Amino acid sequence: MIAFHVDRAGSVPAYAQLVQQVREALRLGLLHPGDKLPTVREVVTSCAVNAATVLKAYRELELSGLVEARQGAGTYVSGTLGGSVDPAVMGELRGRLTTWVGDARTAGLEDDDLRALMTSVLAEPPGELTAEQRAARAARSADATDPQSSESGARP
Amino acid sequence: MTEVAIETRDLGKQYRKLWALKDFSVSLPANKVIALVGANGAGKSTLMSIAAGILPASEGEIHVNGRVVLLSQEKPLYRSFRVAEMLAFGRHLNRTWDHQRALTWLSRFDIPLDRPCGKLSGGQQTQVAMAVALGARPSVLLLDEPLANLDPVARRDVIGELLAEVAESDMTVVLSTHVVAELAEVGDHLLLLSQGRSRLDGDVEELLAQHTRLIGPRADTPPIEGEVVQTQHTERQSTFVIRTLLGADTPVAEPWQAQPVTLEDLVLAYLKPNRSLGEEL
Repeated sequence: MIAFHVDRAGSVPAYAQLVQQVREALRLGLLHPGDKLPTVREVVTSCAVNAATVLKAYRELELSGLVEARQGAGTYVSGTLGGSVDPAVMGELRGRLTTWVGDARTAGLEDDDLRALMTSVLAEPPGELTAEQRAARAARSADATDPQSSESGARP
Repeated sequence: MTEVAIETRDLGKQYRKLWALKDFSVSLPANKVIALVGANGAGKSTLMSIAAGILPASEGEIHVNGRVVLLSQEKPLYRSFRVAEMLAFGRHLNRTWDHQRALTWLSRFDIPLDRPCGKLSGGQQTQVAMAVALGARPSVLLLDEPLANLDPVARRDVIGELLAEVAESDMTVVLSTHVVAELAEVGDHLLLLSQGRSRLDGDVEELLAQHTRLIGPRADTPPIEGEVVQTQHTERQSTFVIRTLLGADTPVAEPWQAQPVTLEDLVLAYLKPNRSLGEEL
């Protein structure tokens, strides 16, 4: 079960925030198919949002095939997001991001700067891989048979 | 066609020479949360008192569908009555009475039933008054800033429980408050009063979709057509909040930028059409 949080200060409507929180929980593996979402009443009382808002969010999730409403029983997770990615790969990506965030903070960047940087990189067209990325990719596929060696070998 | 909770036609209320409400015609939908906003003296309390039948109108008509209960800032409690006695009193006064609903509300907020009302904190007294109001099973519950003496956390809890009551019954709640930010995601319908008249009245989501904020170089008029609600100029920049039936998604030409408005932005735009720089409300 996940707990929702609604931020009233921003301009993102509450229903969109609820949808986003479910999608994020699915991506991070906090929610799995078969898990129950909080009841409409629970979300209404805990977040103090209108029932119509919660129903709208749940309907949108249902339309995108992520949850299903079971008559009289509640709303259950029925789909996955990013579930096809190997958990080990996911863990490694997370680890590298943590390192990167650490480096960026050491360099004096604020969290907002990091977000802006991330957004700008995401907005770039995929394009060609850099030489460095190609080398890293080649190293990874070579390491696939011997995961131990990658830790010491990949860094200059 | 949605059901109507309160309907008025050319309603007016005159105190000596002053009209507290004038030419007031609205139709408020049932089973919704109606956010009633406006500056002090805009006519909110007058409207609620007339709807509750405790104040006669000077002219016009008002029709309220079903039983109506008004809860204002002055809590109608007897200080020497214990909480349980206050409920018994409510049961005695009301032909329709849901004792369980009143008890459930009190237990949700841990209100001791054996304590005299006069010995309760202001916040707890509010909860007792709310329990009595809900026990009467109103079709229309009018709340005239009754949550003012609750702390922000308790206020959110009460609003959350109230929204659940609206979702689980056919009750309509009319909620007036000064804290406009709090109404975001709470109200289905907005009714904005200004000097005794209805200034804006409609479904919150539709209203938000019709309004947009445009920011660009100093100009006398906005770059797209629409009703200008708020204008703000600095030396080099102009900001307009406009209502456009084309919708807030209408594209604007560079260098103008369009931004969505929040419910609070919208209310402030209507209450303060000409905002000069650095001025706070």
